[in-house]
Amino acid sequence: MLKRSIENLGNRAIQAVWRIGFAARFFVAVLLHSGTAFRRFGLTIREMYFTGVLSLIIILVSGLFVGMVLGLQGYETLQTYGAEEALGILVALSLVRELGPVVAALLFASRAGSAITAEIGLMKATEQLSAMEMMAVDPIARVVAPRFWAGVISMPLLAALFSAMGIFGGYLVGVQLIGVDEGAFWSQMKSAVDLEQDILNGVIKSVVFGVAITTIALFEGYDAPPTAEGVSGATTRTVVTSSLVVLALDFVLTAFMFRGLN
Amino acid sequence: MNKTVLDLWVGLFVVAGIAALLFLALKVGSTSVVSASNSYEVVARFDNIGGLKPRAPIKSAGVVVGRVADIRFDNETFEAAVTLRLDNRYAFPKDTAAAIMTSGLLGEQYVGLEAGGDSKMLKDQDQIFITQSAVVLENLIGRFMYGQAQEGAPQ
Repeated sequence: MLKRSIENLGNRAIQAVWRIGFAARFFVAVLLHSGTAFRRFGLTIREMYFTGVLSLIIILVSGLFVGMVLGLQGYETLQTYGAEEALGILVALSLVRELGPVVAALLFASRAGSAITAEIGLMKATEQLSAMEMMAVDPIARVVAPRFWAGVISMPLLAALFSAMGIFGGYLVGVQLIGVDEGAFWSQMKSAVDLEQDILNGVIKSVVFGVAITTIALFEGYDAPPTAEGVSGATTRTVVTSSLVVLALDFVLTAFMFRGLN
Repeated sequence: MNKTVLDLWVGLFVVAGIAALLFLALKVGSTSVVSASNSYEVVARFDNIGGLKPRAPIKSAGVVVGRVADIRFDNETFEAAVTLRLDNRYAFPKDTAAAIMTSGLLGEQYVGLEAGGDSKMLKDQDQIFITQSAVVLENLIGRFMYGQAQEGAPQ
């Protein structure tokens, strides 16, 4: 009984390391076979429609509401210190530095990442990938790489839209609804948000998240057992793993970017 | 390859994303670093800089005229040597005074410049001689307590 459970544990650990190695090799293969994704850019554009354009609604609406909530909550707290004018700083900094990239990435993982995994997993289960190989078409170059680059390009754009929409939401609630001075809202925001330290770092974060999410989603789909159960399990794993990876990466990146900022 | 409706949507998406980035860059953020090409640096020595940090604003008459570029400890005079990077558009007399001030009760610290009457202007790598250190709260409290104790002492 005890021996059995120890054996199980060891087996799981070995399987996990095996999978990580395979995932790394898969990632390198995708990068090496990216030529087609750029030579036939139409393929990438088609995938950008599915990952980027179709994610727009959820990203824009949640961005607006997150910004509106930040406006309300921030006002409540700042009011106690008589610093309502700093509302613009609070909304903009929290969106541009953290919430924009992270929440957009989490939404992207569940909206687009799961779809990618299900699509590729089903292609594998119905042997479309094997059929391509039979016709001497590399499935990684033809199917996987365009989806990878589409995700990597879409993610920073989506995060920027999320932040912009959130700031607009904070402006709606703070200035139009509550009545914080409009000039102070924008000018304080402008003086506190730094182009390099805050905005550029936010963009870098979202690019890293884009790479992580699409890699995980593509790998889970490619590695999924070719059964209905296998594909559904892989889809769940994509959302769970990529959300956890996004949050963990966010901590690491934040520690690098904002430590010793002052 | 034909143009499709799909291309239009993706194009719109990319344009909107880039517009959002531009909005963030132009309307929300600003570069706070005065570029090295159109600025000059002067050094001011303080006994105590309190909580002054690099990139803190330098203000004269309340207007931001530059940023703190660097803060070092001078091991010969045991003072803090603060490098001030000032915008080329603003020239200050040689006997300008620099003081470390606090905006608001809990606000950030900044360097305040008070122009003097000298006819010569500060140049690159000059030094500001008249400086006033930051007010450290503990010192104030200590002085106050000392004063109180003396008042209460029997004559």
